[in-house]
Amino acid sequence: MRKVESRMKPERKIRVVIAKPGLDGHDRGAKVIARALRDAGMEVIYTGLRQTPEQIVEAALQEDADVVGVSILSGAHNHICPRLVELLKAKGMNDVLVVVGGIIPDVDIPTLNALGIEGIFQPGTPMQAIIDFIGRYVRGVSATSST
Amino acid sequence: MARPPIIASNVTKTRLSTAATAVQTWASGSGGTLSDRGRTDPFELARTLGEPGTFPYTRGIHADGYGGKLWTMRQFSGFGTPEETNQRYKALLLAGGTGLSVAFDLPTLMGRDPDHPLALGEVGKCGVSVASLADMETLFDGIGLDAVTTSMTINSPAPMILAMYLVLAEKQGVDWARLSGTIQNDILKEYIAQKEYIYPPRQSMRLIVDVFEFCAREAARWNTISVSGYHIREAGATALQELAFTLRDGIEYVQAGVDAGLAVDEFVPRMSFFFNAHNNFFEEIAKYRAARSLWAQTMRERFEARDERSWKLRFHAQTAGVSLTAQQPYNNVVRTAIQALAAVLGGANSLHTNALDEALALPTGDAALLALRTQQVIAHETDVTLTVDPFGGSQVVEHLTQEMQTGALDYFKQIDDLGGMVSAIEQGYPQREIADSAYRDQQAVEAGESVVIGVNRYADSGTGDAAIPTLYIDESVGERQVSRLEELRDRRDAARVAETLDVLRQGAVGTTNLMPHLLDAVRAYATVGEMCDALRDVWGEYEETPAL
Repeated sequence: MRKVESRMKPERKIRVVIAKPGLDGHDRGAKVIARALRDAGMEVIYTGLRQTPEQIVEAALQEDADVVGVSILSGAHNHICPRLVELLKAKGMNDVLVVVGGIIPDVDIPTLNALGIEGIFQPGTPMQAIIDFIGRYVRGVSATSST
Repeated sequence: MARPPIIASNVTKTRLSTAATAVQTWASGSGGTLSDRGRTDPFELARTLGEPGTFPYTRGIHADGYGGKLWTMRQFSGFGTPEETNQRYKALLLAGGTGLSVAFDLPTLMGRDPDHPLALGEVGKCGVSVASLADMETLFDGIGLDAVTTSMTINSPAPMILAMYLVLAEKQGVDWARLSGTIQNDILKEYIAQKEYIYPPRQSMRLIVDVFEFCAREAARWNTISVSGYHIREAGATALQELAFTLRDGIEYVQAGVDAGLAVDEFVPRMSFFFNAHNNFFEEIAKYRAARSLWAQTMRERFEARDERSWKLRFHAQTAGVSLTAQQPYNNVVRTAIQALAAVLGGANSLHTNALDEALALPTGDAALLALRTQQVIAHETDVTLTVDPFGGSQVVEHLTQEMQTGALDYFKQIDDLGGMVSAIEQGYPQREIADSAYRDQQAVEAGESVVIGVNRYADSGTGDAAIPTLYIDESVGERQVSRLEELRDRRDAARVAETLDVLRQGAVGTTNLMPHLLDAVRAYATVGEMCDALRDVWGEYEETPAL
């Protein structure tokens, strides 16, 4: 596991765990988005390859993550995402935002939405769109939970 | 009969600067355009260019180019169960495909059986599931192994899958000496780019040398490795990095063979290469030309190869998957055609053209057929096969070829200084270089400096963005493969399987060639997962330190 320190210093940086679950090793997307989020001022923890949902949730817990981003290109999202959401709930991490990037067929999107996953980023999504989505969501949550 | 090569006439300065302006981001040099830098002296060039079919083969390995034989139209294909993929192969052969190319699913590529917990949700998704000889028999049902050439894209379990193919040939009554095809067997680019590795690098190198040695003796027409730049490029490398890392990987394999006591000319002639065909047309052509020249010189000078076949770099090309867009997917047909043309003009010996729907899913039958038709149009409806290296002598291409060679030699030196490629990988050097390039690439797209039609330019045209049909692999494939595996485990001789796996384990502890042990395990219907586990027991697994 590798921590990427950001040069910017806001009071509480948004903390993001980027994970690559499943057997697939195509990590270009995961690495690019990890760097983009870091450059946008977030604190990014990249788990490396072949993480089980259990390992990802453990990392999110240890790192006090606001966001868990998973990169899946292999078609295994229908197995991985439900398990991930279930484990987060079991740990009481209901506020953690789950976002998914990769090759997700349109037909699977309603199923992922039903799990509460709104941030689904298909091929060609600009990095800025992902940065904005995370920023909006995390600020929204902290606004309601800080009182 | 050799036809005289047609050499492109020298372009005028005016036309040259126009051409150079059109290509803004060559990666071979500083990133500027040709007009920013020096040009190749035409008189010097005329003296040193050489002819196609002669050392150092910059202009091609055949004097008559495609005059003697067209490139092999080899469409990478595999999905779902072995039955489904077998049907796709028969359709591709019927449609004029001239070679097969097997895409395996992730569990197979990672040496896991379909019932392993890590295989959950992955069986048959990214390729065909092949767990044992029984699946291999189904995959090639009705296809004679003496009648096709087969390329198999697999790396860590390459010796296991090759053993299955050899045993299948035995069963079909085909002599190994007559088998023709390629096993990718290129583990270094897995550590560098695609990350489908199992064992630590040094043990993996031993497996590769075992394949070199075994095939030199037993299957002399088989290409024992396809040293691949394709995945390196797809992971984000520039054209120059693709060229340099791939050839340096090749050098590492040759050195490993030599260190194991093999004679260079005994195994190097069966080494083949695999490059990407990307959007920068001239740069890609220059890359292929530079690759041939560098390899020929390296083999002759650094390794003192004497057999001409050791000097000749033969390569497969595949159009750039990473250039395909999910938006306006029909644009992908155009991209692929242009990329394929660059590969042909660069002298590719074998070619895969991507299908228009591959940013979304594995291709449908119709999309796969259109991809094949794309290269058939280039081959049969145009005059490109009448020429050999038609850009030979072109200022732009010659200059880029020269820059590619110089840049690659700089990388060779850096990697040599790091102690060779295995050592450079262990230090994360090529991984970091590629990750940096990938990030720069994405930033250029976001800033609009790098144009992607339908994504950051002409994105809202309102046409061409209609949903296209895509292939959907459902979960029943996994269930079928698991039950098939259970049946196999019930009917095979379990004691015989255990015995062959024990022998394999003992072999892994020592230094004996493992291929004969793997062949015995395959004959007993041991699975890919069982054979890979036997070696895991002895060698452990590799885990990388992720470099961002």
